[in-house]
Amino acid sequence: MIIANNLSKKFGKLKALDNVSVTCNKGECIALIGPNGSGKTTLIKCILGMVVYDSGFITFNGRNILHDWEYRANIGYMPQIGRYPENMTIGQVLDMMKDIRQKQHITFDEELIKAFDLEKILHKRMRTLSGGTRQKVSASLAFLFNPAVLILDEPTAGLDPLSSEILKEKITKEREKGKLVLITSHILSELDDMVSQVIYMQDGRCCFHKSIDELRLETKQEKLAKAIASLLAK
Amino acid sequence: MKKIIKYVIIDILRNKFMLAYTAFLLLFSFSIFNLEDNSTKGLLSLLNIILIIVPLVSILFSAIYVYNSSEFLELLVSQPLKRVTIWMSMFTGLAASQAIAYIIGAGIPILVYEATATGFMMLGTGVLLSVIFVAIAMLAAVSTRDKAKGIGVNILLWLYFALLFDGIILFLLFQFADYPLEKLMVGISALNPIDLGRILILLKLDVSALMGFTGAIFKDFFGTGTGLAIAFLVLLCWIVIPVLLSVRKFKRKDL
Repeated sequence: MIIANNLSKKFGKLKALDNVSVTCNKGECIALIGPNGSGKTTLIKCILGMVVYDSGFITFNGRNILHDWEYRANIGYMPQIGRYPENMTIGQVLDMMKDIRQKQHITFDEELIKAFDLEKILHKRMRTLSGGTRQKVSASLAFLFNPAVLILDEPTAGLDPLSSEILKEKITKEREKGKLVLITSHILSELDDMVSQVIYMQDGRCCFHKSIDELRLETKQEKLAKAIASLLAK
Repeated sequence: MKKIIKYVIIDILRNKFMLAYTAFLLLFSFSIFNLEDNSTKGLLSLLNIILIIVPLVSILFSAIYVYNSSEFLELLVSQPLKRVTIWMSMFTGLAASQAIAYIIGAGIPILVYEATATGFMMLGTGVLLSVIFVAIAMLAAVSTRDKAKGIGVNILLWLYFALLFDGIILFLLFQFADYPLEKLMVGISALNPIDLGRILILLKLDVSALMGFTGAIFKDFFGTGTGLAIAFLVLLCWIVIPVLLSVRKFKRKDL
């Protein structure tokens, strides 16, 4: 569904992405992991067209994304740090996004808005929100349009345990519907029962891309955290 | 595109500054016209103020607005929208609000007291100047990532267009006083939209005799229909070229 080929991106002298190639298919739930500054977010932003890569190409459903923009209608994106117009209320932001992404046949998926109890605080301005509430808004927006691809950049960072459980359940549910889910996270234990594939990045390179079963077989470790650790120790 | 323009304009209206600016212009223009017994004189006083204030407000407000909407831009870029659409909507929203503020604030008094060709010329150049400086501000804002630096650059640009440019011209004229520079001056005036606006209005006011021989050359050139058309074309270029350049930059910008 998404194919990135030999992607490179430099920020000044820093090589954020160095010849990265990944393939993501429908129905997969891919964990994108790696140390801080390894290029995970840059890769995601390249896929979304927010960062303009220097070389290589990305195709979405077989079409090059470079001069395309309609493909983004199929992506729900939850940023690491949700930044929204500060003097709009939650309700206004939600309405604005609905208005901008409006399509005839679409039914809005407001499950998360309900589960997070956002309806009670729709009148609050974005600048008054705590980090966790912002994350809830970001998550609700990502799922709102029922997209075929979900890209979640550290979705549970800053969420309380209850909300992060709600979000994880929602992710699993969407994945079972055959959607492609791309998650970055540093909390490997919570990825265990969600993901089917792992991409490990370091210094802007893609170190490996393996299915979780393959990983378990290779390292004889049940837990993802231990499996990665033993693979890196080699 | 309409939807994004709508949200930009709603956001600008929510920010009370534009309302205050309109009220200020309105108050200012009415009081100037009331102070002078001759409304043509009033127009002349208004001219000098407007040539300073309109570009300043236009350039600074737009630059600060673009920087403050970085979140909004970031949010929109990840949505199924063309970057060109996003940027042009931003420009249209800003330009429309500046132009409307000017038309209400200065246009109404001008039409009330001096609804002559000169008055309309002043209205037209004022609107064009508002839009030109929105375009320049957006180009400067997209080129510099740092907010403080970007706003600094915009202030310098305003200083250059409003004050320094004239100083440089005077300096050149004195240095090369022995050479016939009058015709060249027509070309040089195209390099600064504020100057071009001032010349257009002064010529209509028939005070060009005060500008000496250069004034006569200006009158010869801008007084004709073709000259006037060229002048407006140059002013339009001052809008189109910065906008095109900024669109190009925005398309390649990492957010």
